[in-house]
Amino acid sequence: MRVNRRLLFKSLAAAGASAVAGATAQGRARPVAPPDALGLLYDTTRCIGCKACVVACREANATRPDTSNAPGRLWDMPMDLNGQTKTLIKLYKSADGRERSFFKAQCMHCVDAACTNACPLGALKKKEHGIVSYDPKLCIGCRYCQMACPFNVPKFEWAKTFPKIVKCELCRHRAAGASLVATGGFLRYPAGKGPACAEVCPRQAVIYGTRRELLAEARRRLAANPGRYVPRIYGETDAGGTQCLYISHVAFEKLGLPKLSDRPVPEVQEAIQHGIYQGFVTPILLYGLLGAVIFRNRRKAEAQEGRAGKEGGP
Amino acid sequence: MREEARTLGGPILTRPFRVLAALILVAAILIVWRLVAGLGATTALSDAYPWGLWIAFDVVTGTALACGGYSMAILVYVLNKGRYHPLVRPAILTSALGYTVAGISIALDIGRPWIAWKVPLFVWSWNLNSALLEVSLCIMTYTAVAWIELSPALLERWQKESRLRKIAAKARAILDRSLVWIIAFGLLLPTMHQSSLGTLMVLTGPKLHPLWQTRLLPLLFLVSCIAIGYAAVVFESTLASVFFRRPRETEMLAGLSGAMVPVLGAFLAIRIGGLAIRGRLPLALAPNRYALAFWVETALMAAPLFLLLPAGRRRDPGNLFRAAMMMLLAGALYRFNTYLLAYRAGDDVHYFPSVPEFLITVGLLALEVLGYIVIVKLFPIFSGAPRRAVPT
Repeated sequence: MRVNRRLLFKSLAAAGASAVAGATAQGRARPVAPPDALGLLYDTTRCIGCKACVVACREANATRPDTSNAPGRLWDMPMDLNGQTKTLIKLYKSADGRERSFFKAQCMHCVDAACTNACPLGALKKKEHGIVSYDPKLCIGCRYCQMACPFNVPKFEWAKTFPKIVKCELCRHRAAGASLVATGGFLRYPAGKGPACAEVCPRQAVIYGTRRELLAEARRRLAANPGRYVPRIYGETDAGGTQCLYISHVAFEKLGLPKLSDRPVPEVQEAIQHGIYQGFVTPILLYGLLGAVIFRNRRKAEAQEGRAGKEGGP
Repeated sequence: MREEARTLGGPILTRPFRVLAALILVAAILIVWRLVAGLGATTALSDAYPWGLWIAFDVVTGTALACGGYSMAILVYVLNKGRYHPLVRPAILTSALGYTVAGISIALDIGRPWIAWKVPLFVWSWNLNSALLEVSLCIMTYTAVAWIELSPALLERWQKESRLRKIAAKARAILDRSLVWIIAFGLLLPTMHQSSLGTLMVLTGPKLHPLWQTRLLPLLFLVSCIAIGYAAVVFESTLASVFFRRPRETEMLAGLSGAMVPVLGAFLAIRIGGLAIRGRLPLALAPNRYALAFWVETALMAAPLFLLLPAGRRRDPGNLFRAAMMMLLAGALYRFNTYLLAYRAGDDVHYFPSVPEFLITVGLLALEVLGYIVIVKLFPIFSGAPRRAVPT
């Protein structure tokens, strides 16, 4: 009995130690944006709220206008990103009405995306150009991506019998087969092959390109207009960095961009998961140990009762 | 040393049976509606609250309440406390039923259940970073393991029936040989997925209120499920004694309640200690619903400790039952808070389960109770004879 207990405590200690090790081991290298990572740069000072991007997105992605909130069902007016809306222009207005700004919402295409960590079969995965891509064939509709996303981006088709997850995929279906060419300082697809929202914007309030180019352009705009912008680029380091970036004349939190640390959101969870399950060593050891303890206990009980082999199940 | 388990006998089609069957029928109809009309039409779930009652209660809380089998196995097979053996079979029955019902809930909750078969089979698609992958694989496997662990009880009865005798005897022999490894598996799997149920919410990062968000979540979920398991056995055994008019098992239940004390103490130490080390305890003093929920939850957790710490009070079956009830409530609330209340979806968004969500949950609980009542009557689950024939 004493020996068995010692074994148990040892095994529990081993399991506990590996759990703690998992919780503290954060040395693992986090993913970085690939050099050809594509993204968007949105500039609140340039946006006039024309919503051409919203319409272009609907055309490019064949999503139906959302008239459910409009009086008389006349206008396309989604209240937020939803199961039929992948991008949206919102308007922020301060209480006194003096401070105002438009804001474009869509998937941020995080460099280290929580949704891709959540997804059990990898239906959400970072694919070519670092785009967080969705494959419905592997999606069971568990909606853990929605729970995990710090920006609340993935949406679900609640009204459908056979629903899917809906989110911006940077129009990767349009780019199929096309390659990026240097055009006016940016790597771009031939017209009609890039992200529809950026291609249609009449004010270059939203542009697309590689993350590196967009960061350079954002820095150029910040430097050229001192005092005009909040002096930082949202998404450069936030949540470990995103491929869609923002510069703004209004505090980012007011636009609905959450204040996040510079650490990637999935970091802690992944460290725990890897710490405990790396190579499946801990579970296998624990299994063997449990088996050994039970076997010993059972043999001892049988010996005590003097009727070996007759002991039944639970 | 060990008393043979016997069937309880008695009529099956009793009044409670009919009431439970009616509840199950209502749920079955609503389930068909859910599958035809979709989640939006039948639930209060939304993009802001993608997980609701079914996940927070049926799955996350339900599997914890079904940890009786796990907790008893730790006591009997690992700590070698053979005298609790008579409680193992009823506990494993509740585990098997609880996990089966949780499985049904998951199948209803996921939006694309026709893809679900790929989860165990598409090994090449497994996302090993996903705690949910591990949880779903473990829950699937453990449901099967729990029924296998229970199968000696089923086989014992079938061995007595002429047609099935030979097959049952053969299956029994195979089982007896491999039982050690099945029991070990039945211990490993809940250790894995009960802790991973905690890991799941770690990924929600800043969306989970800091009074709940901690990297200790897996440890807290694991420790709490063990305490909940003991409480569930005390609860189930007391109710069975009352309703089936069986002799009370107060002495064993006192022992179980005693085992609950250090586990619960460890939970509270980790929970409060973790918050203290991270300097988050002041958050519990803020005048908001999070702080209130934290205090209610913690008070309910501490209550069984006070009820059970004086060993003398463990002789009073009423006291044991009260402590178990508190423990179950506390454990359920801790999980509910972690998955729903402390999950901050955003401003101006709310979730309250819809009527069909409630009725389906009630129907699935009814299925669990009905399954329990029928199986203890037909199969040898309880040890020792009942005091007299029972109507319930």
